[in-house]
Amino acid sequence: MRTERRAARRRQNRTGWAMALPACLLVFLFLITPFVMAFGLSLTNQRLISPNPTEFVGLRNYQRLLGIGFLTIDPITNDDGTIRVTDGETEYPRVRNFTRGNPDYPHLDRMREWFRLGISDDRQFVVLARDVVFIKAVRNTVLFVVVVAPVQSGIALILALLINQKLRGINVFRTIYFAPVVISMVVVSMLWRFIYDGENGILNTLLGVFSFGAIEPVSWLGNTSTALPAIMAMSVWQGVGFHMVIWLSGLQTIPQPLYEVARIEGATQWQKFRYVTWPGLRNTAILVMVIITMQAFTLYPQIEVMTRGGPLDSTQSLVFQAVVRGYEKQDIAGGSAISVLLFLFVLSISLFQRYLTRERD
Amino acid sequence: MPAHKFVRLVLKYVLLAWIALIFIFPIVFMVISSFKPDLQLLRDSASLRAFLPVGDLSLENYSAAFDRAPIRLFMFNSVFITAVTVCLSLLLSSLAAFSFVFLQWFGRSVLMAVILATFIVPFETIAVPLLLIVNNLPWLGLDGFKTGWLNSYHVQIIPFIADALTIFLFVQYFRDLPTELVEAARIDGATWFQVYRRVIIPLSGPVIATAAILKFLVMYNNQLLWPIMVVQEETYRPVMLGLQYFFQLNTAWGEIMAYLTIITLPVLAFYLVLQRAFIASIASTGIKG
Repeated sequence: MRTERRAARRRQNRTGWAMALPACLLVFLFLITPFVMAFGLSLTNQRLISPNPTEFVGLRNYQRLLGIGFLTIDPITNDDGTIRVTDGETEYPRVRNFTRGNPDYPHLDRMREWFRLGISDDRQFVVLARDVVFIKAVRNTVLFVVVVAPVQSGIALILALLINQKLRGINVFRTIYFAPVVISMVVVSMLWRFIYDGENGILNTLLGVFSFGAIEPVSWLGNTSTALPAIMAMSVWQGVGFHMVIWLSGLQTIPQPLYEVARIEGATQWQKFRYVTWPGLRNTAILVMVIITMQAFTLYPQIEVMTRGGPLDSTQSLVFQAVVRGYEKQDIAGGSAISVLLFLFVLSISLFQRYLTRERD
Repeated sequence: MPAHKFVRLVLKYVLLAWIALIFIFPIVFMVISSFKPDLQLLRDSASLRAFLPVGDLSLENYSAAFDRAPIRLFMFNSVFITAVTVCLSLLLSSLAAFSFVFLQWFGRSVLMAVILATFIVPFETIAVPLLLIVNNLPWLGLDGFKTGWLNSYHVQIIPFIADALTIFLFVQYFRDLPTELVEAARIDGATWFQVYRRVIIPLSGPVIATAAILKFLVMYNNQLLWPIMVVQEETYRPVMLGLQYFFQLNTAWGEIMAYLTIITLPVLAFYLVLQRAFIASIASTGIKG
């Protein structure tokens, strides 16, 4: 009896493994292995094709990406101690005097200027980075996440509340609001490139018509100040229906009697939302934020199709830089280092969100 | 109905309709423009005529687009890659989930935890090392043995078959099924594979639809980053890479709109027919919250 049971268990062991193995092998080979490799490669100088053997270089790739330096510069003075002014502009020493092999500033060697601030009347504070393009990619990606996540989830919630009413034909509206979600981001980006165009774009036309000509045409993707906001707006347009549906399914889990009680107690619409709907949506809220944040961090097709990082690096993103370096420039080690940093960003956000949920339980 | 209630109802519909316009205007513009010659397209975009099917309409852009790019080939590639991946994904993911949920075996819970944890690894972060891996993998094809998977269908299929989300959806669904079903079938002498094939799968319609739709959307729509990296030959390109053809020499906007319409309408039509299932599938990813 006992041996029989043991044999049955062994059989189940074997069958269990056999059934799970194909999918698990694929996950290990094509997901976990490259993931682990990314960590390893980021510590080497690996290139796609290279005559030199691969070497271990420690954290050099990360230092190159993240290196930041600061510099305070004072205006150039004339021999008599007065500040030299040329054509009405105060003259400053050139940054490259400090960053090109200056023995007094070895830590700033080969850095480039990222931006500068005037801190007092004449003194300027210069922020330098070893890799200005990458730093801009980090800044843009973080900005994208910080703006898109709350805006998109907020609008999605408003839409879900609108759609959650009992109205005839409401499903038609739900179908329309959700439609952009099923369209490829590649197609959407291409289409919006035309919509945003400065000369022939229909966004300018629409703004002109509805403001009776008050709004001047803008080349939305051609300006450093509007390119990233334009991409944000388009991304929200495409993705908001997805999160609307998740909010909707959350709304439908709230027990109807709660609303009945609120109505009998004479609650206003706002009070119903604040004290019945919102508390019931807490789990959904966390889920929506996690999904949007993860999607927003991997900002890529929009950039590839619409701007390729331009104008003047104002739309560089982490994934786009990982592709440019790891693939186009064949610098696998550099691309992997960016990938690892991206993963750490995503991981820390999802850990932070998990921490938020734990605390309140 | 009292007057103020009626006014509020009308206002609600007006609001809903305005929002609908925001979501629909780019799509309308795309389809309408695809029938207009370039010059008129550019002229019309300066006014609301951009959204009206007026002027010189023809299928010219479509035939020009077919001349410019091998659209039939690209469509076939995309559909083939998507279909094969979706089918294999459903099969292998449901098998693995079945084993995770219903069978007792050594290492089960650890393995399942590891597999499901990969959910938070974005594909973009592994693309570069994955390129190194597939570049060194052997393949035995009809034309013999070779090393490196670049420029093929399988390089666009095999790495995407198994993913944490699909397995998770099946695990979630199977856990809610009554275990008595499995036990009864086992007592009747069914093998584990028969239980999977005859008992569980026939009950899994909803989750199969959900997983298939999500996988379909990801596979058909997101074919950009990976194909850029691994497919240089025209023969294996999916539709999303075909856009490049329309920027060579001169940018032909009418043809681009035609191409975008061709590659989008099947998905939109599919969505309109099955919209309940589409929306339910997205909603079900939210249930785990």
